[in-house]
Amino acid sequence: MSAIHGAGTAHGAGSKPIWAVVDSWTMTRRELARWARQPVQVVVGLVFPVMMLLMFGYLIGGGQGVAGDFRAYLVPGMLTMTMAFGLEATMLAVTQDLGKGVIDRFRSMPMNSGAVLVGRSIADMLQSAVGLTVMIAVGYAIGWRTHEGFASFLGAVGLLLLLRFAMLWVGIHLAMVAGRPELVQAVQILVWPVGFLSNAIASPASMPAWLGAIVEWNPMSATATAVRDLFDNPGAGGDSWAATHAELLAVAWPLALIAVFAPLAVKRFRDLSR
Amino acid sequence: MADHDPAIVVEGLRKRYGDKQALDGLDLTVRAGTVQGILGPNGAGKTTAVRIMSTLLRPEEGRVEVAGIDVRTRADEVRSRIGLLGQNAAVDEELGGRQNLEMFGRLHHLGARRARTRADELLARFGLADTGDKAVGRYSGGMRRRLDLAASLISRPQVLFLDEPTTGLDPRGRAEVWNAVRSLVGGGTTVLLTTQYLEEADQLADRIAVINHGRVVAEGTPDELKSETGGDRIDVVLRDAGRLAHAASLLPGDVVVDEDRRMVGATITDRMAALTETVRVLEAAGIEAEDIVMRRPTLDEVFMHLTKEDAV
Repeated sequence: MSAIHGAGTAHGAGSKPIWAVVDSWTMTRRELARWARQPVQVVVGLVFPVMMLLMFGYLIGGGQGVAGDFRAYLVPGMLTMTMAFGLEATMLAVTQDLGKGVIDRFRSMPMNSGAVLVGRSIADMLQSAVGLTVMIAVGYAIGWRTHEGFASFLGAVGLLLLLRFAMLWVGIHLAMVAGRPELVQAVQILVWPVGFLSNAIASPASMPAWLGAIVEWNPMSATATAVRDLFDNPGAGGDSWAATHAELLAVAWPLALIAVFAPLAVKRFRDLSR
Repeated sequence: MADHDPAIVVEGLRKRYGDKQALDGLDLTVRAGTVQGILGPNGAGKTTAVRIMSTLLRPEEGRVEVAGIDVRTRADEVRSRIGLLGQNAAVDEELGGRQNLEMFGRLHHLGARRARTRADELLARFGLADTGDKAVGRYSGGMRRRLDLAASLISRPQVLFLDEPTTGLDPRGRAEVWNAVRSLVGGGTTVLLTTQYLEEADQLADRIAVINHGRVVAEGTPDELKSETGGDRIDVVLRDAGRLAHAASLLPGDVVVDEDRRMVGATITDRMAALTETVRVLEAAGIEAEDIVMRRPTLDEVFMHLTKEDAV
């Protein structure tokens, strides 16, 4: 009987390391194929942060308390915000997979069990890298310039993607905890106050002292400040510990978030079989 | 694995969710190459049992072997021998049917080329060859379910789990899925099918286990279950609904009255004697009958009988 049945499958091979790589790549390709099928949604996803950048840069014309060129201040802030808001995309995708039962199908197959999460990570990071490239190009087009070397530029991009990677795990965990589209909507609204409670758009110098302190400790502020430094763009200033150690915090915050949320997300995933 | 070995063995299976004992000592043996129906009201534990047998949930207590392999200790080996059709269509709506099947084939480690040929084979077999490139989101309910079924067959599974495969489908979609399931039987695949539709179990299953409160309350072929529940029945449709009560008092056995259909029904033992006797007593009482039918009990009656303590 086994000559006919199950003949096509390498029995029990899902745990071999090679399948971790192959299956993760298959899962990544699944996302790429989805983008190819939904070009409009992909373009909307890329255009939205560009629109925000242009709105803040030209229409609202804020820059409360910013010393120097506001657009040079704004572009690194919006790059940071774009990476942080990647949380929504991750959450939405994971919630949809859970809701449709497609995750159950994956779990009932002899594939590598980690590939679902690894494939999600690679796909989301690729998407964010493309999004970041578009934002940098638009920033350049509206006159934003970096003044440090290529190494600093890469360092800044690295910090931005590190923040995105941290948000990826926060997003996976929240999706597994909440698991319902309504809660994704709640998060999609709540990211805005959290986003504005950073120095991405306005300077904490323009805020009441207590609010400014919260803003300076926001992980987004740390990344935005560190990235402005690396690009040699005007910064938010401030002489608090958080403001003067932004580079350290821009690494420490995401690492801390990953250290907390990645194990929690993996545990949640394993506990699906509880 | 020899053909006479059971494809599924479940012994003393227990699973609790918080306060609720979802499975409470479930026992079940399914012979290889047969279709086993699992019938039960909502919340009886059908889905929990399927999720444990298909490695999605860990059992708390009890032994579960699928294709001769313990699901708890060798889940990966079980996974390469089973197919699962869950209650939701577990396919990517955004992708095409062919893309879905190819992806699942790769994840079954068939390799790119064989994943592709297998996808084409299955699309052709389930009448989806022409629509293989269309996004699944634009499929009809029946088409989506057939694709889902195709996806669960990628690895030519020894054991196929179908959890309420036709819930939410219109009659045409249901017939499509039934035909697809029938075409599997005979190929040697063992099918375990849960359903709320008694007709579905009657149509497809070789044997049926009725479960309630997490355990099996009756098991057998559809015919065995029907005869266990009290043999044949006679139904008499009257011309005048006003005479129903009178007619009911004249019939022997376990009598039911259906006012809407102007019908009285009773359990009988000897078909010919019951027919003559019924005609005679009705005539003597001057009650006009429009129709008299003798029949086996339906599975619905069996089901109501077996799970009736719920209604009280």
